[in-house]
Amino acid sequence: MVALYNVTFLLQPREFISIVGRSGAGKSTILKLLIAEEQPTSGTIIFENQDIAALKHHQVSHLRRRIGLVFQDFKLLYSKNVYENVAFALEVVGAPPQQIHDDVPQVLELVGLEDKARNFPHELSGGEKQRVAFARALVHRPDVLLADEPTGNLDYVNTWDIVKLLLKINEFGTNVVLATHDKDIVNHLKRRVITLEKGKIVADEQKGKYLI
Amino acid sequence: MLTSFSRIIVSGWLHFWRNIWLSSATISVLFLALFVAAILLFLGFTTTHIARILEDKVDISVYFIPEISEENILDVKSQLLGFQEVKNVEYVSREQALETFRERHKDNPLIIASLEELEENPLRASLSIKAYQASSYAAIAEFLGSESMGSLVEKVDYRENKDLIERLFTITGNIKKAGLVSSAMLSLIAVLVAFNTVRLAIYNEKDSIAIMRLVGAGDWFIRGPFIVQGMLVGFFAALLSTLAMVILAIIFSERLNAFIPGLNMLGYFKTNILLFLAVEFGGGVILGSLSSFIAIRNYLKV
Repeated sequence: MVALYNVTFLLQPREFISIVGRSGAGKSTILKLLIAEEQPTSGTIIFENQDIAALKHHQVSHLRRRIGLVFQDFKLLYSKNVYENVAFALEVVGAPPQQIHDDVPQVLELVGLEDKARNFPHELSGGEKQRVAFARALVHRPDVLLADEPTGNLDYVNTWDIVKLLLKINEFGTNVVLATHDKDIVNHLKRRVITLEKGKIVADEQKGKYLI
Repeated sequence: MLTSFSRIIVSGWLHFWRNIWLSSATISVLFLALFVAAILLFLGFTTTHIARILEDKVDISVYFIPEISEENILDVKSQLLGFQEVKNVEYVSREQALETFRERHKDNPLIIASLEELEENPLRASLSIKAYQASSYAAIAEFLGSESMGSLVEKVDYRENKDLIERLFTITGNIKKAGLVSSAMLSLIAVLVAFNTVRLAIYNEKDSIAIMRLVGAGDWFIRGPFIVQGMLVGFFAALLSTLAMVILAIIFSERLNAFIPGLNMLGYFKTNILLFLAVEFGGGVILGSLSSFIAIRNYLKV
């Protein structure tokens, strides 16, 4: 049983890619491979001349600090408040206190949560939680943002807020890789689309549409 | 480096207080473990004390033939004191012995009257010998029973009490051994229970740990705050246990002293305060942080 088979693609600088496919098609597995959470059985994954699959335990941390991650289930730290959740991504890279003090409120403003800074995740709605997750994924200015079904748990309005946010992030120059099975989003974006079926790439089109 | 360090401490401190219910559950278990340790320390002291009381009661008495002069007896005394094993030798003259005898039986007119009937002092001069170690008594008794002493000594009452003395030493030896074994077992149980409580507390955090890994936190940045928390838990548990022990000592010190003479609980804690605090606070902090360190290992492999 293999989750992905012969998958090859190249991500251009500043590109926005959507990876689409049914549940179990292998979307999440691609993202997990990109952050070295899973290991490929064969093949290489190159990020800036470095093979991600060959990284050692401590190098994995360094890789992840250069990537922003957003998930369907938010993955916030529930014993930390909004401000601390966002600041954590900066603390991890060893940012000086002054930078944290300046950047965190700025990013919270970007996602529209400046007045919820002292709230804890359990006091927030789903859409707000996801925006905290985005703030955390952005605050350390990553080179790539990986979003795995970020709108999966959200209602219609919140979904479009998140899509706008993704586009804004991409405009700033960050690579975005979005894994989703939301047809409307993909068709609206009109960006590059990689379509997966049973672990294989069946289509890779610039300005693609949701095919399946 | 310094900022990371202070961030780890602040984060551990915050997490400790924000999860105060979980923290207090862990503290209470660790408190029990440390309290058991404190009680065991004290029990160890008590058994040694009881054993010493019993051992102190043991001595050998030699009774000399009445014709032997005091110089001869004192000569034997200084010979005995020359042995390394001998702790103390006490000379009781015939007159002193009589005096003590009279004093002890002054309420019994029959004995006093029959004593008056006798023309001569019926009691013998004696030496009572105490050794440092129980095992030395046999050798001392042998020396006193040797041929060179035969002309002086009338009776050595070790031989008569030999069985009793040996049994007493077996008992005190067993008390000490039982104390050690039960201390070791109870400590082991306490440590295991405390360790597993910390493990459960950290199991509860395994999702957070996985998230921290995903965000790119290094091992020490994740582990650090949990170790700080473990230290805090250990510290507060030690504080509680010390307080509980001090209160117990204040309440029971006098009663215990009445029950076992010379046993001073409060005094024991005063003289051994450094050892006691080291065991409680050192034990608490090490147990708390080491348990966290070990418990977190499995979750860092993501």
